[in-house]
Amino acid sequence: MSESSYFPPRRSILRKPSWAARLESSFFVLLRVATYGVLLAAAAIFIDIGWKGGRVVFQAAPPFINVPFLTQAPETLNVFTLDGQTVKMGDRDFRAYKAANPEKLRDVHVSTYVYSAGGIFPNIVGTVLLVLGSMVIALALGVCSAVYLSEYAKDGPFIRLLRLSIANLAGVPSIVFGLFGFGLFVVAFDWNVSLIAGWFTLAFMVLPIIITASEEALRAVPKGLREGSLALGATKFQTIRTNVLPYALPGILTSSVLAIARVAGETAPIMFTAAYVVRDQMPWQVEQWTDFFFQGVMALPYHIYVVASKIPQNDYTSDVQYGTAFVFLFTVAAIALAAILLRARMRKKYRW
Amino acid sequence: MSTATLKPADSPTPIPRAPMPPAFVEIDRLNFFYGDKQALFDITLGIPEKQVTALIGPSGCGKTTLLRCLNRMNDLVDVARIGSGEIRIDDINIYDPRVDVIELRKRVGMVFQKSNPFPKSIYENIAYGLRLHGIKQKSQLDEIVEKSLRGAALWDEVKDRLHDSGLGLSGGQQQRLCIARTIAVEPDVILMDEPCSALDPLATAKVEDLIQELKARFTIVIVTHNMQQAARVSDYTAFFYLGKLIEFQSTRDIFTNPKNPQTEAYVSGRFG
Repeated sequence: MSESSYFPPRRSILRKPSWAARLESSFFVLLRVATYGVLLAAAAIFIDIGWKGGRVVFQAAPPFINVPFLTQAPETLNVFTLDGQTVKMGDRDFRAYKAANPEKLRDVHVSTYVYSAGGIFPNIVGTVLLVLGSMVIALALGVCSAVYLSEYAKDGPFIRLLRLSIANLAGVPSIVFGLFGFGLFVVAFDWNVSLIAGWFTLAFMVLPIIITASEEALRAVPKGLREGSLALGATKFQTIRTNVLPYALPGILTSSVLAIARVAGETAPIMFTAAYVVRDQMPWQVEQWTDFFFQGVMALPYHIYVVASKIPQNDYTSDVQYGTAFVFLFTVAAIALAAILLRARMRKKYRW
Repeated sequence: MSTATLKPADSPTPIPRAPMPPAFVEIDRLNFFYGDKQALFDITLGIPEKQVTALIGPSGCGKTTLLRCLNRMNDLVDVARIGSGEIRIDDINIYDPRVDVIELRKRVGMVFQKSNPFPKSIYENIAYGLRLHGIKQKSQLDEIVEKSLRGAALWDEVKDRLHDSGLGLSGGQQQRLCIARTIAVEPDVILMDEPCSALDPLATAKVEDLIQELKARFTIVIVTHNMQQAARVSDYTAFFYLGKLIEFQSTRDIFTNPKNPQTEAYVSGRFG
């Protein structure tokens, strides 16, 4: 028997049309369409906010940026028609004008739109403060827990329960965190609606992200580095501090970029714990330094919620909404970018 | 016909073997387990001072396990435990609860199979261990770093880039950096776990030369898969098989005049 008879006859290596090939190529198109669809949706959101919000934040005349919008506090907008002309005035100007010319406005109808004049400076400051404080707390607690879980804890039923709890914590809706923070920090601890209550509430909300990602980052540090350090006579703590944690920091910071976006963006956790609808003082205008922690602040996401829930909606209110959303996206991007730059610097320093 | 006349064919007249010197590290009837699985059986072995002792044997024979027992690196493995027996250094059982593992590891250093320099500068790689020992003065650090790098035959290659990352070095240089880091803290014993297995022949030759130089100052225990290497660098050789110590002799005797047929089969390349 000849050798070739064991095998089917040789086939041409040229491609032949088949149903499997057609199915594969159409499936490929489907995948591509799905991906582009996601991109399209994201682009639609960003272009809409960028276009309408950009018109509020930027302007054609120098200095090209709407400085009052970024540096003033929100005010009520007063709109009225005087001598056939539509006049728009912020609340402070309007009162001064009214005091100066009481008779001019006697029979004029004045429409008021809450927070549609002035700017959103206190909101920007409030959001930045909330993000910074809660990230400090979340990183401190999260990294400590991650070090314990990955370096010290021995696997057992208790540790498994602990991990399960952390995973579950990630699934808890943010409004529940808000109410938890309200019940514990605001009421039980008597911290009132304050920065510190908001910090802890937001920190607890992102702890699962930070712990899980930090643990991954710690585990990714090669075992050889730990052994090398221990073999030189370092204690476990010295090893972790000098030869494990520094190399895990870039990974930990990656997770914190995600966490920053959540912390900055969530409205529900702060609406009961830290956010004021309006507040006249700026956060640094406190009598004692301890008061700093126990003051409520205005925040961008809550401001969007507040202005968006005002009725009636019109061009005046939508301007401030889009402007706030635009600045908000920009602020989050800026903070995240800072974290990414920090990470890049650390990567350069500790490369293995 | 007496039995005596038949004997010579089976057991040749004993050739005199080199006597064993007094031990610096005494391993005494050691039984070692991973969980329920016994990895070392009743090992008794005296590692002579300021000599190179090679541990050889096929994969899984327990030689690395034994090595990692000597500086209690096995403590890191959750399921690892000593069943019975002792390892004594200076007449102290290193598994005694009163022993400070940190101090032990300062006296019994280790070089690993995969070179593991810290992702820091060459200088910092060595200064790290010194700082752990409380040496903080810059001038003193500088001095010991240079001395250690010279000791590891690395100084001439790296003296102009002490502050570059240790990971920028070649594989052989990295391994010598790890040796420099180990000798910098002046241990009594240096454990080497297949230090050349990832190196090319030239880098291997350098490390082997270095081992020869180091034995004047340190007691060296080296695990190796490479029998030629054991023959080249070691003074004494222990052959392990399936967790048991089969034979421990001077290297010359192990390779030329083994007592045990298993040893003979292994060193002559017939199995393993």
